[in-house]
Amino acid sequence: MQFEIRPAKGFSFDFKELIRFHELIYFFTWRDIKVKYKQTVLGFTWVILQPLILMSIFTLFFGRVLNHNLPPGINYPVFALTGLLFWNLFSTGISNAGASMVLNANIIKKIYFPRIIIPVSSILVSAFDFIITLVLFGIILLYYNITPSAAMLWMFPAAFLLSVCAATGLGLLLSALTVKYRDFRYIVPFFVQIMLFLTPVIYSDSVVKNEWSRLLMKLNPMTGPVHLARCGIAGLEPDQSILFFSLLINAAMLLLGFFVFRKTESYFADIA
Amino acid sequence: MKTVLCIHSVSKKFKIRHQETKSYLTLSDELKSLFRQRITREEFYALQDISFDVAEGESIGIIGKNGAGKSTLLKILSRITPPSSGRIQYNGRIASLLEVGTGFHPELTGRENIFLNGAIMGMKKKEIQLRFDEIVSFSGVDKFLDTPLKHYSSGMQLRLAFSVAAHLEPEILIIDEVLAVGDAEFQKKCMGKMESVAGSGKTILFVSHNLAALNSLCTKSVLLEKGKMVASGNTSEVIDRYLNMNYQANTGTEKGVIEIPPAVSGGIIKRIKMFNEGILSGHFTSGRKSEIIIECESEKEIPNPVIGIVISDHFGTDIMGINNKHYGIPLPSLNGKTSFRISLHKLPLTAGNYKLSLFLGTGIADIVSIADAATFHVEALDVSGSGILPLERINRIFTPDVFWEKISN
Repeated sequence: MQFEIRPAKGFSFDFKELIRFHELIYFFTWRDIKVKYKQTVLGFTWVILQPLILMSIFTLFFGRVLNHNLPPGINYPVFALTGLLFWNLFSTGISNAGASMVLNANIIKKIYFPRIIIPVSSILVSAFDFIITLVLFGIILLYYNITPSAAMLWMFPAAFLLSVCAATGLGLLLSALTVKYRDFRYIVPFFVQIMLFLTPVIYSDSVVKNEWSRLLMKLNPMTGPVHLARCGIAGLEPDQSILFFSLLINAAMLLLGFFVFRKTESYFADIA
Repeated sequence: MKTVLCIHSVSKKFKIRHQETKSYLTLSDELKSLFRQRITREEFYALQDISFDVAEGESIGIIGKNGAGKSTLLKILSRITPPSSGRIQYNGRIASLLEVGTGFHPELTGRENIFLNGAIMGMKKKEIQLRFDEIVSFSGVDKFLDTPLKHYSSGMQLRLAFSVAAHLEPEILIIDEVLAVGDAEFQKKCMGKMESVAGSGKTILFVSHNLAALNSLCTKSVLLEKGKMVASGNTSEVIDRYLNMNYQANTGTEKGVIEIPPAVSGGIIKRIKMFNEGILSGHFTSGRKSEIIIECESEKEIPNPVIGIVISDHFGTDIMGINNKHYGIPLPSLNGKTSFRISLHKLPLTAGNYKLSLFLGTGIADIVSIADAATFHVEALDVSGSGILPLERINRIFTPDVFWEKISN
């Protein structure tokens, strides 16, 4: 095979190369999953414990106050857990992806492979955790004797894909920015904390009435997936405008993240 | 022969940012520079206009002092950083051993790390499985395969790392200073592996300060200095050029007078003078009279001084040591200004560059020891007068007096 090394100019993406390195995506994801709970007593149970505990706390403290405007047939614990599952996928995804390039700087400085593999595999780790927490979700549904509607079968996967897109777009952007400006190491955790309250995770999106606030809420990349997932359980028709804005913003984020990442990618080794 | 790697006019430019102590940017720096005048930048070429071709199966050495641009060149070749201009074309897979063990994770077991490291280095899972047993037996850590890496000794980690790297089978292999790995026995094993790789028709780019290893592994070499390619060709010629470059930097050597700074000798040895056939000179001639004069000064009397010189070749291997005690020659005591002369009537060294280390002591302990105090060059001469130079390949030193005669019995 003939290869060529040239100065980094313009914008291009070698998709064939990514295919050639596809095993490495698997290996990085596998490494992070394996390492994550090494030397812990509870191991994978932590994946389930975290949302379970958060759900209990929110139910205990906000359950009464925020108990209105819930979709029919859903109680507050299930409502909050649905939001938390998708929120966790997004928040751990962007936090880990954001830090991933700096954490793996020693590898980046020594070996070449398509750099995008690193943030993408940290998102995949979050996706893996999400799938495990679905077990918890199933148990909770059984416990409260709630039967989700058949629409959940497509709405949940769609919400999952939207969340992964959101996390990937923002994660790529943040990982590139963190390599360049270490300030983002402090900005990201703070941003994630604030976003939890700006996203309808522990409250219903119908609580927000003001027209401008509603628009702002719809521009939040995670509003759409959470809304879609809840409609899936309750068997409601999802709000068209929420879905439209969600698709728009997530597609835009994905493109922006990808573009910024590609722009800085070749110089990572010089500035990392 | 087919060219597998073609480096065409490659340069790498860095912008040095002045008035800055931080090695990375922060948002505030960037914001400040929006308003204030821009931080001054100076351009710096780590590599400038490097071009050379490598044919299939060739082993090329890359020689140069620290900061000459060797590592930058390797980084560009292994695609870690892009060149600023120029282009490189190559056939097949380039794998680099820039530093072995990249991506090793302390929490994973040896077995897991072999797969992870192999994958990072560009091996397919199947390839790793195929060579797994070979890798394990080469590393010699079979017993600890399922132990987390953090419990390994550093030597074991290095051996495992090197084994994975050594079993990569790229068309072009880049090796950088890996021979410094592990104990003597493992180094020998590594060297053997390198030789077998070099012999198996792989193309190798080899960077090392170990000139002896370079000489034995590489047929051709390139010499870098301050980012520029100053020589290329036959390895032994390039090595000579490199060594000459170092010698020229050593001021005074050429004239045959080496001033020894007081910090090195404690003020006792002032200078060394070298005479080739009676003439002050920075080089000697094979088989001719060579004299070394050591000028000393000591306020305290040193009775029965012992002076020794050790001559080593350019690979740093000691070749001979001469010391008056071993030759049974007592010297008068060193008192005030005293000079001693060592004369070799027929210098038994073949052509090349050598280093001279100097020792002065009481016969019980060293008072002064100066490693690599001077460097000198020996020019070839047909010692025997036959018109034939002693073969350098088989003669590191030679005995000047050899008698041949037919004896009948």
